[in-house]
Order: sequence, then structure tokens, then C-alpha cells
Amino acid sequence: MSRTRTLTKIAGTSVVTGAVLLSLTSCGKADMTKQASPFAAAKGSKSVTLSVQTWVGAQSNVAVAKYLLESKLGYHVDTVQVDEIPAWDALSQGRVDAILEDWGHPDQEQRYVKDKKTITAGGGNGVTGHIGWYVPKYWADKHPEVTNWKNLNKVASQLRTSESGNKGQLMDGSPSYVTNDKALVKNLKLNYEVVFAGSEAAQITQIQQFAKQKKPFLTYWYEPQWLFNQVPMEEVKLPKYTDACAEKGVKDPTSIDCAYPTTPLQKFFNTDFAKSGSSAAAFLKHFSWSKDDQNEVSEMIASGGLSADEAAKRWVDKHPDVWKKWLPKR
Amino acid sequence: MSMFTAPPIAAALKVDAKPRPVQQLLNRRGLAKLLLLAVAAAVLVPLLHAKYGAAWPSSLTVDVSGPLGRTSDWIIDNRDSHWLFTYFLGHLSNAVVLSVRGVYLLLLALGWTGVTAGVTLLAWRVAGVRIAATALISFLVSGLLGMWVPTMQTLALMVVAVVASVVVGALLGLAAGLSGRLFKLLRPVLDTMQVLPAFAYLLPVVLVFGIGVPAALLATVIYAAPPMARLTALGLRGADAGVLEAVSSLGATGRQRLLTARLPLARKELLLGVNQSIMMALSMVVIASMIGAAGLGDRVYQALASVDVGAALAAAIPIVLLAIVMDRTTAAAGERLGAEPDTSGPKLLRGRLVWAGIGVLTAVLALVGRLTGSLVWPTGWVVAIARPVNDFKEWMVGHLYSGVPVIGGTADWAAHFTNWVLNPLRDGLTALPWYGTLLIVAALAWLIGTWRTALTAVLAMAAIGVLGVWKPSMNTLSQVIAALVVTLVLGFGIGVLAAGSKRFEAILRPVLDVMQTMPQFVYLIPVVALFAVGRAPAAAAAVVYALPAVIRITTQGLRQVDAAAMESARSLGATRWQTLRQVQLPLARPALLLAVNQGVVLVLAVVIIGGLVGGGALGYDVVTGLATGDLALGLVAGVAIVCLGLMLDRVTQPTERRTTGKGA
Repeated sequence: MSRTRTLTKIAGTSVVTGAVLLSLTSCGKADMTKQASPFAAAKGSKSVTLSVQTWVGAQSNVAVAKYLLESKLGYHVDTVQVDEIPAWDALSQGRVDAILEDWGHPDQEQRYVKDKKTITAGGGNGVTGHIGWYVPKYWADKHPEVTNWKNLNKVASQLRTSESGNKGQLMDGSPSYVTNDKALVKNLKLNYEVVFAGSEAAQITQIQQFAKQKKPFLTYWYEPQWLFNQVPMEEVKLPKYTDACAEKGVKDPTSIDCAYPTTPLQKFFNTDFAKSGSSAAAFLKHFSWSKDDQNEVSEMIASGGLSADEAAKRWVDKHPDVWKKWLPKR
Repeated sequence: MSMFTAPPIAAALKVDAKPRPVQQLLNRRGLAKLLLLAVAAAVLVPLLHAKYGAAWPSSLTVDVSGPLGRTSDWIIDNRDSHWLFTYFLGHLSNAVVLSVRGVYLLLLALGWTGVTAGVTLLAWRVAGVRIAATALISFLVSGLLGMWVPTMQTLALMVVAVVASVVVGALLGLAAGLSGRLFKLLRPVLDTMQVLPAFAYLLPVVLVFGIGVPAALLATVIYAAPPMARLTALGLRGADAGVLEAVSSLGATGRQRLLTARLPLARKELLLGVNQSIMMALSMVVIASMIGAAGLGDRVYQALASVDVGAALAAAIPIVLLAIVMDRTTAAAGERLGAEPDTSGPKLLRGRLVWAGIGVLTAVLALVGRLTGSLVWPTGWVVAIARPVNDFKEWMVGHLYSGVPVIGGTADWAAHFTNWVLNPLRDGLTALPWYGTLLIVAALAWLIGTWRTALTAVLAMAAIGVLGVWKPSMNTLSQVIAALVVTLVLGFGIGVLAAGSKRFEAILRPVLDVMQTMPQFVYLIPVVALFAVGRAPAAAAAVVYALPAVIRITTQGLRQVDAAAMESARSLGATRWQTLRQVQLPLARPALLLAVNQGVVLVLAVVIIGGLVGGGALGYDVVTGLATGDLALGLVAGVAIVCLGLMLDRVTQPTERRTTGKGA
């Protein structure tokens, strides 16, 4: 008897506490898609949140933008590391204000830019990206035939690892990256097994290990990428990219049998941020540089061992002609 | 000592080894169970095989990707308008942001002087001088590593997460402790929650709350609250019936009984619960950064993206230190509770005034810090360790990777391990007919537990098949088994050595502490550099993570073997080896079984994370689901992991015939 009473009381108390907590936070609606991070700078100060993706090229964009926003425009910049697709969601919710490098996500563009209009396209960032299959230069120099997909089956036995069994290994990276490799291997009838490294860090580590031993390997990789400066690689020719093939791929991703396209990398902004008319929005809209610029910064971060801020500072000191154009006119 | 020593360990270790006749009886019962299963198999297998064949039948799978995809779309489209989000979840998320921000601003306002002084004094008061010194050094080291601000962010998050976990856990535990029916209902749920790899439920949380602190905090609470609830319930139910009878005969009401007798009697369990919650929450720091937790975890995660092990370590050391300080403090507080009144420590540190004193001193020091003008950590006082650590890693990898004379390099080992152990095991498990797998699971679970545990295990396995992920699950299972065997061989060996030598154990202890609290992400990259991308590095990381718990439990179990039994064996002229084999190990059997159980759960958790380094299978699916926002893929893999964890736990969980409830 007394037990049930205690129970009811406890239940009652917890309900009351919950209600009090809720009413404390505020009455009525609370749109959680419009909430800031608890670690953001205090209200009133000018602040921007940028999304950093995991690859170093994207970190370079953000590092330079951050340095300039902070030192020239007096902003406080927060960065958030998010995977590509969740980043679109975060951008739509205003958790981040801008993505500075997107490799093409038609589904997300349709949903957020065209339908919901919570994201605004921000134009290209000046760099053109390209995904492909690559082999190390030291191997391609000795066996020039391996740079054509038609000859890959002949060398499959050289690329065996314990993970690929008796097939050759084609190494893929992070699951978030755009890839058709499984379909390509199947449709081009290649005797290869796609082995997913699971993260770019794991993939880079493995490539560096292979290169140290001068072992042959075949990997999914992309440009611009700083690792090319450390481990020179050559692209393997795949069947030519055509619009017809791409269209076929949109309908059925498992039917793709041609190379990856070259993608002008795009910027995207949260719509409210883009319309705010702030100098940060204007600055980021003008932000655009070349592949070499980006690689210069990336290399300093990734193999030079500099912090992103330090690398950005060095680049900024060296190339005022590039970034002067980005600053909004007063 | 108490670090990660989960409550069932303590309970099971107290169970004395059964005398011989009982053991024989058990064996006979085991035989009967097996016979029964064999008969059932003889009838069922031909039928099942004729109807469905050896591979998991497609007619028995359910494709859930359609409904899950629609759910995901609906959530994204309605997140800013539907009442469920705006009137309930929105407020929840708001409350999280507000409270974390509050704690964070308070910590920043105190400055490094205030925070360090406050924590040190607190540790001194509740845990003694040595632990206070540890706390002081830990915070200074975190600052020196240039990690003060991220440490404060993580600390703010942890404070809120632990408070929320403890409150939620205590309420659940209170309810379960007072109502028998609720206890029966909650116990299996809580037992199960404890074996779930956190990785499995990140995705649904992110989908609802979006990337950010609220999602990270909620995932942490889901992970850290169950031990508190479990221990509260156990503590309340374990109260001495005689005392309770006496209290009610004195005419106490139910509420008085609860407040004056049951809760105080359960004090120790409550504190152990708090300790466990803190440790679980801290172990989530890095994993939660995958969904936007910021702070130290995010630093680790970002450093790994550029393969910078040194920078990752610089952020991981404060996590380890925070864990050690919090663990030691709460554990010591728990031990002191038993030995009241408190006569240790200086006089000044006793009584109620002390709390006020701590507050005042902290405020004064904070003010001093503020006046000297350094709110955050002083900029000059930073030691960069990234470079030397990376150089060391390069050197180690360069010398061990391959071509080491006689024993071969780590890459060769990894290749052999994959070719000779992982591949045959995976192929064998995949080739095994599904009903065969179910029968083996049933037999193992039934032999070691009750028919209920067997049923749970079989149903969990069947659920995996129904979800259509039988093959990747078998792949994951093969990795778990292989890593577990390695862990057990190493763990039992080292455990036996440590039990035999106090000095060795003393040397081992800090190493184990660090291994246990070091975020797995930090050694994922060196492990790849040593063992090449694939399943081998995933297994290696799992061994590193699970080893400390196995060593600890083994050592404890061997130590607790009755000294009289050992003495008599020795007086009969048994050698040390004979004593170990014939007396110590059999008597420590419950502890060893428990080590297997803990090992399996920990190994599974890391094998899943191994998806990030080429482990493939279920772990990769979860990572992909998270990275691409694919609810169908990620959630199905997550549920399969849960089922696998459930099955592995039931198959290895020794069910000492419990008096209260059956952990079905």
C-alpha cells in the first residue's frame, strides 16, 4: 500500500519537475532547428560558423577564410567538423553558416535549395575537383600499361592483399565520399575486390605505407589532394565520361560504367546568413582561389606539420593579390 | 580499482566455487539439455533444410528500407513545424544548450586558477591528499598541452551529461527498486543497454536533433544512465530485510522508510552507480564528437583526419586524466562512506564549514587569476608534443612494419592472421547453415544459463537474419571471436603473472588505467600503420581495448581464491604450476567466466569502430549510415549489432541461480 503511494508520489514529482524544467526554458514553441551551439561566442559579437569536412583541402579553405575573417573583418569564427551529407542538414538548420567546398549532391540540392529554400547556392570556389582511380608513379613508370583499365586484369595478381583474397585490391576511402567503384568493377568485369578503408585517414596511412615499400597499389583518389606531393600518382584511364552514362547512373547507380566527371567545387550558404547582408557573407561569396593555392596551404598543414591557422597566415602573407579581391568594399 | 569494474563482477566474484558433487550434477544437467537439443535438432533440421536451404531464406527476411527512408524524410521535413518537435524535443534541446552553456560560462569565468583550485580542493575533501595532487597535476598538464579551452568544453558537457544520467538513472532505479513488477520489466532492458556499443544508436539521435551538442549529450545520457539505474535498483532491493522490518515496526511511513533506511543502506551502490555513469560518459567523449560534441573529442577526431597522431594524443591525454581524476575521486568517496566518522585528513578539512571554505578559496583564486589578467590558460605556457610523438610513431612503424628478422614484421603478422584465422573463420561461419548457427547458439547459451537466456540468444540471432544482414553479421562475428581468443590468451597469461607478483601488478596498474581510458580513436591510426588496412587492425584495436578488463578480473579472481586451499595444496607438495592449474584456476572459475563475458562485450564495441579502418561488415554500414544520413542502412546495421551483442552476452553470461528475477 505504502509502496504504491510512494511510487505515485515519485511519478508525480518527476512529472512536475519535468513540467517546471520545460516552462523554465520558455513557453510555447521552441524551434530546435534554430539553436546555436553552447560554445558559440557571446551574443552581440560578430560570429560565423563554418563547416570543415574531413579532407585537408576543405580544411585549407576554412583555415584561410577563418584567418581573414578574424584578422581583417573582426569576426569570431567557429568551425564544426561534419561529414558531407549531414553538413547539408546542419547548414539548412543554421548550425553552420557556410560550406566552402561541396563535391556535388544533387539530392540534397533538390531538397534544401529548390524545395525548402533554406540553403542558397554560393557559386564556385575556383577549384575543380576530379575523382578517379590512381596508381603510384613508380609503378606506372615501369609498367606504363597499368594506366589503362583494359590492362588491369593482367596485373590483378600483383595487387592481391589478405583482404582482397585472390582478386586484386582496389582501395576506397571514407564511406561518405561519392563512389561508383563497386558498380564499375562489376560492369567493367574487373577481377578486383573493392576494399573500404573506412576513413580517409586510414586510406592515407595505407598509401604512405605502400609507397615506403615501393609496392604497387590501386586506389580511389581525388584531386586536388596534398598527398600527390608526397606520393606521386598517375590516373588510370577509365571509359570516357558521358552525359548519357551519367543519366543512366541517376536511374540505376549499379549500371554506371564510365569515369567520374570533373566537378567545379561549389559553395553553399544558409539562406538567412546569405541574406543578412553582413560583410562576412559578402566576403565568403567572393571567396575563390586556384587549385595551386589550395594545395599550398594543404601541404603545409598535412605534411609540414603546421597548424591550420599558421599555414593560413603564411599563405595570406605571401598572396595578398589573391585575397584582397575577396574583401568587401567599404 | 573500481575503474570499469562493472557491478556484476563484484557480485559474481562473491559466488563461491561450487563443491564437486554439485558440479557433477550440473554436468549431468548439461548433458540432459544437450540431449534434448539434439532430439529437437534431429526433428527440425531436415524439415528446415528441405523447406529453406542452408543460406538464410529470403522468404524470412523483411525489407525495412522503404519505411525507414520515409520516416527519415518525414523527420527532416517536419522538424521545424510539427508539434512533437517544437513543443517537446525543441525544449529538451533548448534546455541542454542552456545548461551546457551555463556550466561552460561558469568554468570560463572561474579561469584556470579557479577551476584548478576548486577541483583540487574538492578532491582533497572527499578523497584525500594523494588524489588531490593527481587532480592538480592533471589540470595543469591539460593546460600545458594547450588544451585548456577544449578541456573546459568537454568538462561542461560531462557535468551536464553526468548530472542528467544520474538523475534519470536514479529515478528509474528508484521506481524499479520499489516496485517488483517494474524491476522485472526494467532489468532485462538495463542489462541489455549495458552491452550495447554506443556506435549503434548515434544515427537515430542525430536524425532527430541534428548534428550538435544536444544530440551528443543525449547519446551520452542514453549510454551512461543504465548503470546508475541498475545499481540504484539493486541497492534498494538488497537492503537488509531485518532493518526494514524494524523500521516499519517503529511505525515509519513508506516515505520515511525510504528516506531513513533504504536509501542510506544503498549508499554504496548509489556512489558506485555515479562512478560508473561518469566513466561511461567519459568513454563517449570521442565517439560523440562524430555527431558534434565539440571539445577534446573533436580535437582528437580532427587530428586523425589529417593523420596527426601526435595532435590526437595531445587531446587524448586530458581525456585520460579527467577520467582518472573523476574515477579516483568518486571511488575514494565511496570507500570513505563505509568508514565513518572521518578522522583522516587535516582537521580543517572536516565539517560543514569546509564546503563554504572551498567555495571561498576557489572564488578568491579565480579573482586572483582574473586580476593577473589571464582568463584562459596563459598563452606562453604550452608544450607542443605533437612533433616528437609523430617522430616516435614514424620510427616505430618504420622499424616494425616489415622485414624484422626471424619474427617478421607486423604487416606480415597481420596478413597471416587474416589469411589463417580471420578468413577461415569468416568463411566457416558464413557457410554454416543458419539453423546450425542457431542450434550452436542455443546449446551454448543453455549450457551456461537458463532456457530463457537461450531463447533470448536464439531470437536475437534470428532477428539478424530477418533483417537481411546475416552475411555481414557473420563477418563481424568472426572478427569478434578471433579478437576475443587473442585477448583471452594474453589476458589470462598476464593476469596469472600479475596475481603471482604484487610488484608486477603495481607496475601494470597505471598502464591498464591508461589503456582503458584512452579513446580507441587515438590508436586506430598507428594500428593501421602497423597492420595495414583491413580486419586485422580492427581486431588489434579491440584486443588493446578489452585486454585491461580481462587482466583485472583474472587477477582479482585468482587473488580471492581461498588462502587455506592454496596452503593445503602446497603442504601436500604441489608445485607452483600444479597449484595454479588444479586449485587456483578451478576455484577462480566464476571470475574467469566473467572475464570472458566482459571481454566479449568490449571486443564487440571496438570491432564495430573498426569499420573506420577497413573492418568492413556491420561497422562499415553504421559508419556509412552516419556519414551519408542513410537511416535504413545505418539503423538496420545498428539493430544487428545490438542483436549480436545480446547474443554474445547471453552465450557467455554465467547465470548464477539468482534469487531475484531472471536476467532473460
